[in-house]
Amino acid sequence: MFSTELAQTLLSGVLMGLIFSLVAVGLTLIWGIMDIVNFAHGDFLMSGMYISYWMYALWGIDPLLSLPVSGAFLFFLGMVAYRLVIRRILGAPMLIQIFATFGIMILMRYLAFYFFKPNYRSIQQTLLSGNIDLHGVYLSIPQLAAAAGAFLTTGAVYVLIHKTRVGGALQATAEDREAAALMGINTDRMFTLAWGIGAATAGIAGSLLSTFFYIFPEVGGIFGLIAFVAVTLGGFGNVAGAFVAGILIGVVEAMAGYLYDPALKTVFVYVLFLGVLFFRPQGLLGVE
Amino acid sequence: MLSIDRIAVDYDGVPALHDITVRVPEGAIVAVVGSNGSGKSTMLKTAAGLLHPSRGTITFEGADISRTPAHEIPKMGIALVPEGRKLFGKMSVRRNLDMGAYTRTSRAEIERNLERVFRFFPRLSERLSQQAGTLSGGEMQMLAIGRAMMSNPRLLMLDEPSLGIAPNLVDRIFEVIADLNAKENLTILLVEQNVSEALSLAHFGYVIQTGRTVLSDTGKALLDSPMVRKAFLGM
Ligand SMILES: Nc1ncnc2c1ncn2[C@@H]1O[C@H](COP(=O)(O)OP(=O)(O)OP(=O)(O)O)[C@@H](O)[C@H]1O
Ligand SMILES: [Mg+2]
Repeated sequence: MFSTELAQTLLSGVLMGLIFSLVAVGLTLIWGIMDIVNFAHGDFLMSGMYISYWMYALWGIDPLLSLPVSGAFLFFLGMVAYRLVIRRILGAPMLIQIFATFGIMILMRYLAFYFFKPNYRSIQQTLLSGNIDLHGVYLSIPQLAAAAGAFLTTGAVYVLIHKTRVGGALQATAEDREAAALMGINTDRMFTLAWGIGAATAGIAGSLLSTFFYIFPEVGGIFGLIAFVAVTLGGFGNVAGAFVAGILIGVVEAMAGYLYDPALKTVFVYVLFLGVLFFRPQGLLGVE
Repeated sequence: MLSIDRIAVDYDGVPALHDITVRVPEGAIVAVVGSNGSGKSTMLKTAAGLLHPSRGTITFEGADISRTPAHEIPKMGIALVPEGRKLFGKMSVRRNLDMGAYTRTSRAEIERNLERVFRFFPRLSERLSQQAGTLSGGEMQMLAIGRAMMSNPRLLMLDEPSLGIAPNLVDRIFEVIADLNAKENLTILLVEQNVSEALSLAHFGYVIQTGRTVLSDTGKALLDSPMVRKAFLGM
């Protein structure tokens, strides 16, 4: 039986999933190009949330309008992180690379604690508010807008990578750094760009989330982990895979909360994660 | 045009080339032969800027390119068809060709180069949307050469273009190289295991051994030299 409650759960799962997708796409992009897991990815998202929060709290600017600011700022921050830290550890052992991005994560998180305090904050009044009633299924308009924004941004990244000249250069760098250089592609610049785009997508996701999700210094942890799971499920470096996996995770989480216990919904995501690792280690969409 | 002058190259401190000298005059086909591990690929990678010499210099049309990074080499007019082809296997044939034209900005010029590639390799024009990784060995080599041609180079360097392809196609590849030189005015630096074919095609040849240039002469003279006959032709 297809109850409205079930429809409600599925739909909110998809809406949340679209945001997970956006966060995962940025992470998988960086992995695909340089085989580095960015543990600070969730904290880039956290920065985007705070940018929208403070622009709202201080100047009354709606998150819809601060979104481009947080995208641009995070684009810049991602490039700076690459230039200052990541570039130095490119050929280094895996463990050093993990420590480096972990270091960025800790730094950002504790700067947020220091400056913003551990308080849970939220944005109350926004341009978009209220609910839409679809035959008894209520969808919150901020969440709907956030999902639409996430979908559009993910689509833009996809088009950039697959249809444009610079996207071709990113893909070429991902496939074979040496061959890319032989084509005249400055691979170091592509790495910088990938970090910029990766961080910008996280920042945009943060702004989109800021209208309906609590904002606190550790919020990045939740999204960073979920993004990592989505990247693994979708196949490392696979943008389309990360997109599908993000939605899947959103639905699984919502269904688990509905059928079982909301407090344990994330547990089911990890069960799914372990299941896939066990049976399809190349990811759901990955090829061997 | 290209002058590799007494270079030494190492991989993280392990020497690979000790003393290599190769000169490529404008308009010529120059072949470099040598046994496995003698340093042929290392030499080409160095000329393409992927590695840099620890001693000696490389000049191209008078400019020192010893320390020029690889991504700045194509726009100077040098292209390398690397060992193992190094295609972008997940991309379409068309996109591989577009990547070859990465340094070209004029639409008209890119179209001209594309037509030229199709003139040499009509088969590629039938496979534009196919994933490069699914091509046959011969088609991959055609694409690798075509991709290099897309940057409109004046010097084309090829690393064992005949390796791993069907015997009837090997002749075709050598024909293409001869045509590119004679009809399209491309200067060619060719590294080959296929010693007799390469030296008969080449105006000049060099023999390298364990990272050293040991012999150089015209292609014909090298073919007749006792050392080449003994070492490479089993005579
Ligand atoms: N990436 C690398 N790292 C370390 N050493 C290398 C590397 N590539 C080549 N070498 C070493 O450098 C020397 C020259 O190798 P190179 O590949 O240039 O020879 P080659 O003449 O092209 O051989 P082949 O005919 O087998 O292609 C060899 O001793 C090889 O082991
Ligand atoms: Mg070689």
